[in-house]
Amino acid sequence: MAEVQQKDSGGKKKGKQKKMNIRVDFTPMVDMNMLLLTFFMLCTTMSKPQTMEISMPSNDKTLTEQERDKVAASRAITLILGSENRVYYYTGEPNYEDWTSLQETNYDDDGLRAMLLYRNQEVVSKIRELKKEKIDTKMSDEVYNERATEIKDAKSAPIVIIKATEDATYRNLVDALDEMHICSINKYAIVDLTEGDEWLVENYEKKGELTENIDRDNM
Amino acid sequence: MPKVNVKRKSTAIDMTAMSDVTVLLLTFFMLTSTFIEPEPVQISAPSSVSEIKIPEANVLDILVEKNGRIFMGIDGPAIRVAMLRDMAEEYGYEFTDQELANFQASDYFGVPISQMKALLDMPFDKQTEVMVNQGTGIPIDTTSNASNEFKSWVKAARKANRDVRIAIKAAYDTPYSEIHKIMTSLQDIRENRYNLITTLKSVSGDF
Repeated sequence: MAEVQQKDSGGKKKGKQKKMNIRVDFTPMVDMNMLLLTFFMLCTTMSKPQTMEISMPSNDKTLTEQERDKVAASRAITLILGSENRVYYYTGEPNYEDWTSLQETNYDDDGLRAMLLYRNQEVVSKIRELKKEKIDTKMSDEVYNERATEIKDAKSAPIVIIKATEDATYRNLVDALDEMHICSINKYAIVDLTEGDEWLVENYEKKGELTENIDRDNM
Repeated sequence: MPKVNVKRKSTAIDMTAMSDVTVLLLTFFMLTSTFIEPEPVQISAPSSVSEIKIPEANVLDILVEKNGRIFMGIDGPAIRVAMLRDMAEEYGYEFTDQELANFQASDYFGVPISQMKALLDMPFDKQTEVMVNQGTGIPIDTTSNASNEFKSWVKAARKANRDVRIAIKAAYDTPYSEIHKIMTSLQDIRENRYNLITTLKSVSGDF
């Protein structure tokens, strides 16, 4: 160990030389090492940031606008990310006559997530069962992923169309994408905002005033 | 009365073994860790529940400040030089060997190609400072193809390294309009898969 034993060669003659024990105290060394170690450990784990993968549809010009936007109306939920962390959504085709067809929610657990979980409850409950089964039967990850994708691709699962306004922030977009992940929605798309959508939001803010004006003009 | 002789024991512990272990661990961590080049601008990414880790190599970092200024970073000096050569050819500039060496030494860049030469001629230690304080970032103009240097850079990166993955790190309060510009530009050059860098957020409940 950390002691140097002195050989007592030839010391006998003079008699009373003490056996010396040179001990080095290693405590400060250990302290310093631990400090450096903590530093390096933190550095290595911090350097890998999280990421989310996203794949966008190609905007190939050969695909016509209609083909790309063709989504079964009964399954579609359109989210419009507005300013100041507001989200609006409507299901199916936009209804320009009834301003209450557009609904407002927020990014909280009981807002957007509750709505999406409710709409996707069939898939969500199946995924939960699958998770339980995975724990019970020690299913391998591969099989689990395969079956999860199968469930998520169900014909009845909703398709979410995310449209962000100019006033929405990047965080809003990431939050919305996050909700897709949490609510097991496999099919979603980020699509440009149309004029009709802008009009819907404005109409909603004015509580249907714009619709009334149209009616009056027509009369 | 006889005195009870309590033997005094030394409480000093031999720390040598402990020191051995820590030095060993320290050496291991020092050798395995690779230091990340500090990013020129501080960007706070939004949080997300996604737990996928970003790959270590072959990543094209796209940094987006909240005012929409874009910086880019890619690892591998050879790749950076190849990218700059490509860009020089496309936009008709000539770079000297010294300038190329300067460019290759820093991980991040973000000036219009027209100002690149002037920047690279500056002393090396001042470049990042000037780029961050006075630079305008990489021009991204979705209305005309000619001034969308962002697209050209990404294309050059793809050409220099086929396996490159695009990772966008944008500030959480960036307006969507800026993100939209990047997304459409990437779509235009058929880069449809990319990563968004986020920080981890824990989610309550079991989903």
